[in-house]
Amino acid sequence: MSLLELEQLTVRFGDAAPVVDRVSLKLERGRMLALVGESGSGKSLTAMSILDLLPASATREAKALRLDDENLLAWSETERRRLRGGRIGTIFQEPLTALNPLHTVEKQIGETLRIHQGLSGAAARQRSLSLLSQVELPASEAMLSRYPHQLSGGQRQRVMIAMALANDPELLIADEPTTALDVTVQETIMDLLKRLQHERNLGILLISHDLGLVGRFAEDVAVMHHGKVVESGPSEQVLSQPQAHYTRHLIDAEPSGTAIPVPDDAPTLLRADDLQVSFKGGRRGWFGPREETRAVDRISFQLRRGETLGVVGESGSGKSTLALALLRLVACQGRIMLLDQDLTRLRGGALRPWRRHMQVVFQDPFGSLNPRLTVLRAVEEGLRVHQPDLSRDQRRDRVRQLLREVGLDPEALERYPHEFSGGQRQRIAIARALIMKPDLLILDEPTSALDRSVQAQVLDLLRDLQRRHGLSYLFISHDLKVVRALSHRLLVMRQGQVVEHGDTETVFQRPEHDYTRTLIDAAFSTEKKHAVAH
Amino acid sequence: MMATASAPLWRRQWRAFRANRRGFWSLLVFLVLFVLSLGAEWIANDKPLLIRYDGAFYTPVLNTYPETTFGGFFETEANYRDPVVRELIEEKGWMLWPAIRYHYTTINYELTVPAPAPPSAENWLGTDDQGRDVLARLIYGFRTSVLFGLMLTLSASAIGIMVGAIQGYYGGWTDLAGQRFIEIWSSMPILYLIIILSSFVVPSFWSLLVIMLLFSWMTLVDLVRAEFLRCRNMEYVRAAQAIGVRTPVIMFRHMLPNAMVATLTYLPFVLNAAVITLTSLDFIGFGLPPGSPSLGELLGQGKANLQAPWLGLSAFATLALMLSLLVFIGEAVRDAFDPRKFLS
Repeated sequence: MSLLELEQLTVRFGDAAPVVDRVSLKLERGRMLALVGESGSGKSLTAMSILDLLPASATREAKALRLDDENLLAWSETERRRLRGGRIGTIFQEPLTALNPLHTVEKQIGETLRIHQGLSGAAARQRSLSLLSQVELPASEAMLSRYPHQLSGGQRQRVMIAMALANDPELLIADEPTTALDVTVQETIMDLLKRLQHERNLGILLISHDLGLVGRFAEDVAVMHHGKVVESGPSEQVLSQPQAHYTRHLIDAEPSGTAIPVPDDAPTLLRADDLQVSFKGGRRGWFGPREETRAVDRISFQLRRGETLGVVGESGSGKSTLALALLRLVACQGRIMLLDQDLTRLRGGALRPWRRHMQVVFQDPFGSLNPRLTVLRAVEEGLRVHQPDLSRDQRRDRVRQLLREVGLDPEALERYPHEFSGGQRQRIAIARALIMKPDLLILDEPTSALDRSVQAQVLDLLRDLQRRHGLSYLFISHDLKVVRALSHRLLVMRQGQVVEHGDTETVFQRPEHDYTRTLIDAAFSTEKKHAVAH
Repeated sequence: MMATASAPLWRRQWRAFRANRRGFWSLLVFLVLFVLSLGAEWIANDKPLLIRYDGAFYTPVLNTYPETTFGGFFETEANYRDPVVRELIEEKGWMLWPAIRYHYTTINYELTVPAPAPPSAENWLGTDDQGRDVLARLIYGFRTSVLFGLMLTLSASAIGIMVGAIQGYYGGWTDLAGQRFIEIWSSMPILYLIIILSSFVVPSFWSLLVIMLLFSWMTLVDLVRAEFLRCRNMEYVRAAQAIGVRTPVIMFRHMLPNAMVATLTYLPFVLNAAVITLTSLDFIGFGLPPGSPSLGELLGQGKANLQAPWLGLSAFATLALMLSLLVFIGEAVRDAFDPRKFLS
């Protein structure tokens, strides 16, 4: 008897082609089934249809949807609602938005206890404390009275797990539970889920796009593509001997390759000396001194023409602030020498002509393009500023040429960003940065929001552009695999400081700092964790 | 799909606007009414549109002719409603009258009942308590209200958007100072101030407009400021800054359009508020100079003459129609600027 059984589940919006197409799944007690696929493959919709949480415009059909051999399809609306947060617990991707910012931890956990078990007051508090200790959080009154913004990402996710466990569920649905977290935190959260799985004999449905993670933690895997399950079975077997073409494609999409060698006599393009950025916090008391946080703490480095410097670190380590400081978009101290010009001495209009040498591509393919500007207007903006003498047609031609260069249809000029996929938008952002023929491109997590296979394409594009134009990159990322595929040298940051700095391969082979070692272990380990025998 | 996607932006927005049928029809009806009321002199007037007299044409609406032109006795302007003058002209030609033979100032001296007179074939919506034609006063009153509302809304929005944009973009002390000033300024009792001011400034269309502008530019500040605060950390704004785009251009091209949806959603309400404020000032007698055609003044008469329900009812119906049309148009404009609607 399986814990969860799905037979021929189909989900569609209106009369369109189904987004989930005759999916059948089986999840046993005490095992973890991973649903793997790229964005848009229908993996989240599959999970949401188990919970009856599909958008109103979607329709669901299924032959059978059984929990413990009970057919959920025959149940009434109210009965099924009781399942959610009761026998089925759920964890979402982004714990910051999944938790109500106005409620304390106690109130968040207490709510499910009240609804499903009618617990309140001291009994609820007692139960909440025990749940906190189960998810390895300090079981203290202080913890219970915290608000979500006072918790770290990992702690928030633990609170989410505690909420999901509050009513002793049999099935836990975890929708990308670690995607928004740092690599080292990812590990601990997955360890926790794994421990709970064993201790409570839980069935866990894990939704993920990360094959490495799935290989290490899940016993079973089902690969989804365009709404269909293309392959399923024990994860070891599927990942080591993939049968379906698509599974192989996914596995091959892991970033690979190394940086193109730089000639020894390449001149220095950018030099940062003792760069420092600090933010002023609130005052201590009414007249006390202001607290100061150093987001970037005395960082120095050099970057040669055609070279890529990888900047690695977890969220909050100051990588992005470093990028903004180099671009002179936040106030900083120290010196930034670009082509023998000290940028920190320039301000306002004097800085403008220098900006074209140094451009930036941001992480979020949705936020980095103005939704109200066409591709043409977005990409040509740099030309309008730096070459105002160009005519409209000349600008148009240049934009066409750039679009072709980044691998986009040059006829897409009049279209809007929302008509493009994430990878295509990132290409538009790259085109916008390249149109002024910069010497240096600052890439702030340019591939983090993309699917693995799209990521590989963007990396290939970046490498190709570097070779053709001799560009220098400052490549910021939390993903060591991606950094390794592109960087010549590496800068590891932690709490605003550089903890390690050296040639990429040297750092990867012989990391000197403990922190670097932890990062590398988390990213590259393939060792199987706590799997149960088949 | 390709064809629709590549159509120019304004055409897609126009299509989205038209997709909201109610808003589209409201706009048509409103435009027709507004354009008609702009030519109120040609619809409701106590002068003929065209006179044929003794082989020549005369246009009394555009020019002033003394009575002597038509063989009368006085050097003053001809009173075409005077039976004597009428006979003089019709002897040697003819007169083409507008649909309503009353100007908003014209008093009907031929009433057979005491004013306010009920609706009749002569005065379609009756007369007010001074014997003036209600319909004529409504048409002129509608024009004054809409023009006043439009001018106030446009100028107040322009100031409000500018202040909000500057506060939101620069943040910090600029924002703090602006917010505190607005808090103090907006807690002024506007109605009393206008009443006090009108005691030493003679209220006219323009002075009222300026006085009300002083206090009505704040509506949009918060909206625009919030939108700019949100936008200024967006990656595309950062990217534009990194490119070196000038600040006013960033504000105008990248940030303002995003603030426009929220702004435009509010505009019909700002317009409505302006119309209502003018109406209420007129209602209590501190608005436009006495004798001006105004919906508020007519409402006031309706209140004073409950035995003559046509006064209150006509003013109410006109106000309700105008305000509803404006709200419906506003909804359609909002749809037109909503990318989810005009791009789908």
